[in-house]
Amino acid sequence: MKIQVLGTGCARCKVLTANTEKAVQALGLAVAVEKVEDLREIMRLGVMTTPALLVDGKIRAAGKVLTADAVMDLLRS
Amino acid sequence: MKTPVLDSTPEAPPCCSGAAAQRTAVAPSRTGRTLLALALALVGWSLAYAAIRPLSELLAFRALGLAPASHLGQSVAFFLYDAPKVLLLLVLIVFAVGMVRSFFTAERTRAVLAGKRESVGNVLAALLGVVTPFCSCSAVPLFLGFVEVGIPLGVTLSFLVAAPMVNEVALVLLFGLFGWKVAALYLVTGLAIAIASGFVLGRMKLERFVEPWVYASMKGSASHARERLGLQGRIEKGAEAVRDVVGKVWPWVLAGIAVGAGVHGYVPEGLLAGFMGKSAWWSVPAAVAIGVPMYSNAAGVIPVVEALLGKGAALGTVLAFMMSVIGLSLPEIVILRKVLRPPLIAAFVGIVALGILLVGWLFNAVL
Repeated sequence: MKIQVLGTGCARCKVLTANTEKAVQALGLAVAVEKVEDLREIMRLGVMTTPALLVDGKIRAAGKVLTADAVMDLLRS
Repeated sequence: MKTPVLDSTPEAPPCCSGAAAQRTAVAPSRTGRTLLALALALVGWSLAYAAIRPLSELLAFRALGLAPASHLGQSVAFFLYDAPKVLLLLVLIVFAVGMVRSFFTAERTRAVLAGKRESVGNVLAALLGVVTPFCSCSAVPLFLGFVEVGIPLGVTLSFLVAAPMVNEVALVLLFGLFGWKVAALYLVTGLAIAIASGFVLGRMKLERFVEPWVYASMKGSASHARERLGLQGRIEKGAEAVRDVVGKVWPWVLAGIAVGAGVHGYVPEGLLAGFMGKSAWWSVPAAVAIGVPMYSNAAGVIPVVEALLGKGAALGTVLAFMMSVIGLSLPEIVILRKVLRPPLIAAFVGIVALGILLVGWLFNAVL
């Protein structure tokens, strides 16, 4: 599994990163949360509203901050 | 601040905004309960709204024993009446707008705008700018995303003007404090400025002033997971918007109303008529010049506007001030500098400011 958090470094993006890391830990997954901060890279991945969460290259959330619980729900499915 | 609508989703713990909206399968009984809670909240809201005037007067003149004609009495009564009224209106409208916005995403808006002609595109972009969720922090990725699928520059700029300028908090506060006519005026002229300035900028063929790498960036390959919301999900989105927006702006609203209340009670009528009234033509450009570098959210600026208007400033001047504070802001310009070169930024700010100026003069002349 590949988990990426996309954001240009705004406050909301940092919260999403932290929540995602919490969720990964709580589920005991052995994956690193990758942060994507380069604007061009974000565009290449097809995201227009930040922060965004990608799992295996699929956009699972864009333009909003998910809570750790919401991320856990997402990762389980 | 406890509000009836906030209580409409007892199932969603306050820590989990967003969590609930992600759930896809919802039992019908749960939707039923949510609807019931929503109906009860609406009844509670209406009762509370109807009780504001009698309660505020009772509190100001009976309980506190202030004389209705005194400066202090006027100010306190104004605050006690306006603060709950504006907050209640804010909760209701933000909730409704949150539900409406759950139908729109930046991706869907982009799909609608892609392949539209310029004139039609400008109108659509301005309208969608009002209802699409937008935060100035994602102005740049949004700009890139639009340009990438071939949406004309002018159409993209129409969206970027309308999105911050015509916002729901501004409309609610205008409606609550000045009535529906001023709110409608703001909506219509704000849209007109967004449409016209985007159209003019498109005609000017300024594409060469977009940073070159923008057009070189590749089209995205990721596929979106569609969100299926349903009624339950949309109601939760509305409640989420209330927590987000009202939770953030209520101190501003109260502070602004307090300032407005002070002015209402203590500043003599007509004091500002001399230099912010209709006869002073230069007051409109002055208001724009002061407003553009200023940055505040709608909630902070409107009570100030109310105070100015109440003491003799002309409506056109005041509208121009408000539009330039909310619509054009230094932080957004700095963010857009990443993708736009200075001549284009200057043209963007210049033309939008000119539009605001014309609206200001028009209203001072007509009303």
